[in-house]
Parts: sequence; structure tokens; C-alpha cells
Amino acid sequence: MSGHSTYEPKNGVSRWLDQRLPITRLVWDSFVDYPTPRNLNYWWTFGGILSLMLGVQIVSGIVLAMHYTPSASGAFASVEHIMRDVNYGWLIRYTHANGASMFFMAVYIHMLRGLYYGSFKPPREVLWLLGCVIYLLMMATAFMGYVLPWGQMSFHGAVVITNIIGAIPVIGGPILTWLQGGFAVDNATLNRFFSLHYLLPFMIAGVVVLHVWALHVVGQNNPTGVDPKSKADTLPFTPYATVKDGFAMSVFLILFAVFVFYMPNALGHADNYIEANPLVTPAHIVPEWYFLPFYAILRAVPDKVMGVVAMFGAIGVLFALPWLDTSKVRSMRYRPMAKLYFIILLVVCVTLGFCGAKLPDDQVIPGLETFKVMDSDLNSFVWLSRLATLYYFAYFLIITPLLGLIETPKPTPETIASPALSHPATTPAGAAADAEKKG
Amino acid sequence: MADSAVHTTEAGDDPSRRDFIHIAAIAAAGGAVAAIAWPLVSQMNPSADTLALASVEYDLTKIEPGQQVTINWRGKPLFIRYRTQAQIDEAVKDDSAQLKDPESDAQRHKPGKAQWLILVGSCTHLGCVPTVGGGEYGGWFCPCHGSVYDTSGRIRKGPAPKNLVVPDYAFLSDTKVKIG
Amino acid sequence: MLRKLTVIAAAALTLAAGPALAASHAEEPHDIAYSFEGPFGKYDQAQLQRGYKVYREVCSACHSMKYLSFRNLGDKGGPFYDAKYPNPNDNPYVKALAADIQVPDIDTETGDAITRPATPADRFPHPYPNDFAARAGNGGALPPDLSVIAKGREGGPEYLASYLTGYVTPPKGLTVPAGQYYNAYFPGDLSSGWQTDRAEDKKDPPPHGGFVAMPPQLADDKVSFDDGTKSTAHQQAVDVAAFLMWAAEPKMEQRKETGFAVMIYLVLFAGLLYASYRRVWRNESH
Repeated sequence: MSGHSTYEPKNGVSRWLDQRLPITRLVWDSFVDYPTPRNLNYWWTFGGILSLMLGVQIVSGIVLAMHYTPSASGAFASVEHIMRDVNYGWLIRYTHANGASMFFMAVYIHMLRGLYYGSFKPPREVLWLLGCVIYLLMMATAFMGYVLPWGQMSFHGAVVITNIIGAIPVIGGPILTWLQGGFAVDNATLNRFFSLHYLLPFMIAGVVVLHVWALHVVGQNNPTGVDPKSKADTLPFTPYATVKDGFAMSVFLILFAVFVFYMPNALGHADNYIEANPLVTPAHIVPEWYFLPFYAILRAVPDKVMGVVAMFGAIGVLFALPWLDTSKVRSMRYRPMAKLYFIILLVVCVTLGFCGAKLPDDQVIPGLETFKVMDSDLNSFVWLSRLATLYYFAYFLIITPLLGLIETPKPTPETIASPALSHPATTPAGAAADAEKKG
Repeated sequence: MADSAVHTTEAGDDPSRRDFIHIAAIAAAGGAVAAIAWPLVSQMNPSADTLALASVEYDLTKIEPGQQVTINWRGKPLFIRYRTQAQIDEAVKDDSAQLKDPESDAQRHKPGKAQWLILVGSCTHLGCVPTVGGGEYGGWFCPCHGSVYDTSGRIRKGPAPKNLVVPDYAFLSDTKVKIG
Repeated sequence: MLRKLTVIAAAALTLAAGPALAASHAEEPHDIAYSFEGPFGKYDQAQLQRGYKVYREVCSACHSMKYLSFRNLGDKGGPFYDAKYPNPNDNPYVKALAADIQVPDIDTETGDAITRPATPADRFPHPYPNDFAARAGNGGALPPDLSVIAKGREGGPEYLASYLTGYVTPPKGLTVPAGQYYNAYFPGDLSSGWQTDRAEDKKDPPPHGGFVAMPPQLADDKVSFDDGTKSTAHQQAVDVAAFLMWAAEPKMEQRKETGFAVMIYLVLFAGLLYASYRRVWRNESH
């Protein structure tokens, strides 16, 4: 895709700059003239939405850091100071707190879109891996950010998650002490989490640059999964993709604003408005919603070490996915069997999230008497999460590799434009695209 | 950005109407960015608790004639000087002198309270704290760049452009003053 | 396209609903029709004033509100806001309320610990010098700070009001430990005090509610309301819970007002972008 550049400096100054630092050429080639498959649907707008959210989080976060005090004695009070006394502090903090949820919502849609349309398949493996790295960094950033208000959930969340490190045999204990900077989560832990919470978003931004670079080398996938073959298959990024992305962003912002202005605490926990107290654990400790599926996987396994392995394995399989999928067809649009299993995966992920929010021993179907299997009743959330966990791993490790070998995909179109051309209200696509080029 | 789209259509469409929608969309985006910028700028202004602590009260009975106390007001030093009659006379005498920032001594204290001179203790040059009683006018001397103030706190020599600032204050009683 | 957006919104709501469904073993709080509910809801100033009086005369004997200052009472949307005094530090009513309360200070002459009348800039004073004293004065239980309690409890002000009037007679078979009280709305664990004599009742789950260390505080006519509202225990509970909600979320009115303008702007903006999008794409299939 990174073919011949069409950038032509329009005046002396831009020509002078172009010969010394071709940055306008880079922007032109990447975001203006860049050929975009003409059939991208709204699921493709989430890449742009994610860049917007990264910007929102970095800007609001830098501003919050001007007022926040990273100390065990002052953190909670400084957050209240932001909420009460700082000009527009409430707006900035609610934006940042809900922004994290919005960011994760968008990233999950973005990842599922990649899964469904086979955007991880050759030649986009590196693109997918970089995306997985971004997701890992996001999780680390979000976790450490949640610790900063130093409420009860912040504190005990930090205790539980750092203790995961303690599951590593032999060296786990010393590493845990090193990570916490003491023998418990305390001032030192909070202070280093603040430092890292400030650092990691810039690392994310760096990997995002690589992610976009990799994207522009291999080109965008599209709903058919068929590579663009001629100019008829693509449109210039600007204005076609920019205006579509812009519209999707504005709709996304409406949803974001509903949370910030009308239900700012709906995604949080009441317990986090109680200042951290190391001596009392909240009755029901749960992570933020975007970690709930992983939390359910952690609790599904009765063994501490294996639970941690399973939790990290759930992300690990995503890294291996490009080499697990054996199908020759990219898009599930032409893979009815795969589509079915994908929908089950979707339900399973939501189920896992639901299980993560529940107490493990609570009944799934209230009042239904069943029998005990292993350590728990079959009609309990711990068993539901076990079954869901099994499917999650089976999808990636068994179903995906097998399906590519046994399924019969539907015929795929020759080119992107061929199904699009059957659209009644179209002029010949080649002519229209050529007209675009002159503009 | 949008103008490349504008030139692409067949004849017959009214170009001004076509432009309008794109221009309106871009203008609305610009307006949104400006609206978002305001809270981000405003948050750097003093917060409500900072503003609430901006006034202090001080009991003047603690000060001896000829003495000066320095108290903290809005994070800056505040000079409260109990001037002797000789110092007041000297200041009044110089009302007619060549002054860089002309002001009479009477303008710099409350009526009938000539003995009490209350000043923000930061040099009008670059903000250092002048030492009391220094310099040839018996007022203040700034050690940083050598500005000299007289017993009314007026600039007499050196790089500072203005007299020492008189803050807003009021006498609550003969012995109690509220600053800010 | 719209269908897909609906799907996104539905997915978001499903995910949002998840954590809120935590298992609870207390009575559901009463549904109270508060004026500040809904997207245009505002605090009822008279109610906040009554609530402040309940806090001041009853709660503040044991509970601190350390993130509130007297000046907050005169903030926009606050109980004693007066449009004549945009700066709450100048509000004479707030000054008078503050001056009623003694706050600890240090005499700058002698260094002695003294008390003096509060100014609007002062924080609400702590009823106890430290947490140990607070525990010692309350049978070992620490009265929680009330600054953000309305956001720090599941159910918010409705829970608080229900809780304050939730001291009902314990069900038969429940042994209430000494120094504790049964409250039907408190999410606690009653298994320790639950004993039934009959064998077939053994399987019964313990009743709803929990044991709390705070004795019932509100009673009819305990606080006299200046505006003539009848001072029932229920009214006191509802009003003080409203006051606590304001204390926890003082910028709520500002938030909703800003939100309304932002929503209108965003909807128009999205409409413009959609029109622009249709125009750009009108000759292209997709």
C-alpha cells in the first residue's frame, strides 16, 4: 500500500520543508491520500475513536495530575479537593474516570471486529500483535489509575492484584515485596503507581504509532476480507474515511457525555468513596467492569497458581491467534460455522463478565437444587465461569484451528467493488474514483 | 480537509449550499474544541479553598514603634510597619521630591493612621523580599538588584519601576486590621 | 447503521448493569421522591437547610464531615446560597452559622491550643480529637466521616434515609448482641445471632438486615424546623439524607446544567457531520 507518494508541495515554504523534513508528505500520504477500502462499515470507525479516547485520557490526566497528591495520607483528600474546589475539577475527573470505561468499551469492539473479519491473519500478524501489546499496556494503566483515588476498592484491588505476583513459585514473595515497596500496599506502592500511570499512556501512544505504521504498510482489512485489487476498490482516506470517522466519534461522544453528566458514578463502586482502610476489606470486592471476565477466569480455577496462569493465558491466546487460525478465508461473513462459534464466544465473554461481578457461590438460577461437583454446587456462578472459561480457551485452541480445516466457506467475491457495484444507486465506481483523484 | 470533496461533483449542484454543510461541521468542531479548552485552562486558576483563605486579621498591639512584622499573606510576605514620627515626617517631606512613581505619603496609609504602613513585601522589580531599614532612605533595600525604597515604601533608586504595593485592608478597630 | 448503534448501546448497558447486581441481604431502601433526581433535578434549598440543622444538632456530635467548609453552605446550589453574595465567604448568614461553632486553633502568641469561633473558610470541626477517641466514645465503633457517605453507600440518600428509620423490632429468633442494634436496611450478616428452635426452620436463611453500633438517633420533634415543616423522625431522615447527598455531590446542579448544553451541542454536531458525510459519500457505493 505504501506506494508512490502523490504529495506535491504547493508553495516555496512547503517545498523547502519537504526537502528537509517531509512531515507534511507523511501526513498527506497517511491521512489524506491513503487508499481506504470503499466498503468499510461503522465497526471500522473504532480505530479513530480509540485515538480520540487516548487523547482525552492523556489531556484530562495531565490536568488532574496538577491537583492530585500521590500519598497515602493525601490522595483521597486531594481527589475530594478536585471534586469540590478546583475549577471544573468535577468535570475533568468524571471525564477521566468514565473515559477509561469508554476507552475499554471501544477497544473491545475494535478487537472483536478484528476477530470477526480476520484482521489478524497474514499479512497483518504484526499489526495484531502490536494491538495486543497496546491492550496489555491499557490494562496495566487502568489498574494503576484505579488505585490512585485511594478508596477502599482502590486499595484492596491493589492488594489482590499485586498478590497475584506472589503466586509465582519461590521468587514470587521477594518480587511482591519489591513491587509493593514494602510488606503491604502502602504509600510507596501508591507513589510508584502514580509515576507509572503517568508514564504508560505515553508508551501506549508510542505503540499506537507503530500500530498505525504497520497498518499503513499492509493496508486496511475490510468486511469482505478480500484485498483491494484496483483503484475501484479504494477511496482516498480524506474526506471519505475522515468524515465517517468524525460522525462516528460524535455519536460515541454523546454516549460518553451521558455517562459523564448524568450517571458519572454508575460504572464505579460505592466503596471507592470510602477512604482506604487496610484493616477492613469491603464485603464484596470486584474490579472495574472491563476486568470482570478475567477476574471470573481467575476465580474459576480452584488452584492459585493455575488461576493466575489461566488469567494471563486468556490474553496469551490472543497473541498466538494469527498462528492458530487455519482458515484461508479472512472474513466470517463467508464462514457460517465460524460465525456461529464467534457469536457463542461473544455470549461467553459477557457471561464471564457477569460471573465476575457475582459472588462465586451464589446460585445462577435461584432456588434450583442441584448437586455438588468437586468443591461447589453445579448451580453456582463458579461453575458457570468454569464452563465459560472452558469454551473461551476451546474457541482459540481447538475450534479455530479445526474449523479452518473442516468447514466449507461460502464463495468470496473477486474484488471489493464487485458486490458493491450491484448497489442500485451507483455510477461506475472507476469513474467516480478517478474523479476523486483530480480533486 | 473537506474541500477536496467539494470539487468532485457534477454540474447542477449549487456550490455555496454544498460548501455550507462542510464549513458548518468544521466550525462546530472548532467551537467544541474551544469550549473544551476553557475548563482545561480555568482549572489552573486559584481553587475555591485558595480564594477562601485570602484574607487575614492581625492584632497590631504586638508591634512596638519603629518595628516591622512580616506575616504570610497569600503565600507572600506582608510588611506591617509601625512608623515613628521622624520616619513619617521624612516621608511627607519627600512628597515634593523627584519620584519615579509619584504618590504622596498620605495616599499610602489610611487617614489618621499615618503610623501604620502596610505593604506587600515583594520588590516590584522581580519579587525578592526587601530588607527593612536598609538603603539611604531608611525604608527598604532589596538585596537582589539594589532597589532602594523610602519610609513610605516608594521607589527611590534602582531598577524597580513601582512603589511597594499597598494591599486592600481595613481597620476593624484601632488595634485590629484585616488584610484582603 | 442505527441498528448497529443500538446494539453497541445495549451492549454497553448490559456491561454497565453487571457490577451493580451485587448480592444484598438487606431490605430494599424506600423509594423517596427527591427533587434532585432525574436529568433536570435540583436540590430543594429548604430541605437542605433542614438537613443541615439535623446534621448540626444530631449527627455532628459523633460524625465528622472533614471535606466540608462553612463557606460551602453558601456555594451555588448549597443550603444557604444567596444570589446577593456570589462569594460565599461574604454571606452573612454563613458567617453567623460558622461563628456559632468553635474550632480548634493555635494561639500564635503563646503556641497554646485554643478554640475560636469559626470563619467561613474553616472546615467543619471534628467532634473527636482523633480516631481513637472517637472509638473510645462509641463503644469501639468508629463513626464514619459523612462528607461523601451518600456516594459511599449503595443506594445513596434513599438508603441513608431508610437506614436512619430502619430500627425495627428484631424478628423472633434473632439475638441482638449487647451494645448493638438491629437495623433492617443495613447490609450485614446476621448468621451469628440467628437461632431457630424448630428443626425444620434450621434451613431458613437469617432475616434481612444487620447489626449496627449506632443507636436510633432520630425521633419526632427532636429537631425543630424553622420553616414550619412538621418534624417527624421520617422527615428528619429524608432531609438529612438530602443534605448528605448535597455534601457528597455539591456540583450536581452545575453538572446537569452543563450536561444539557453539551448534549444539545453534540446532537447538532452529530447531525451536521452526518449531513456532511452523506454529501461526501453521495456518489459512492459502500
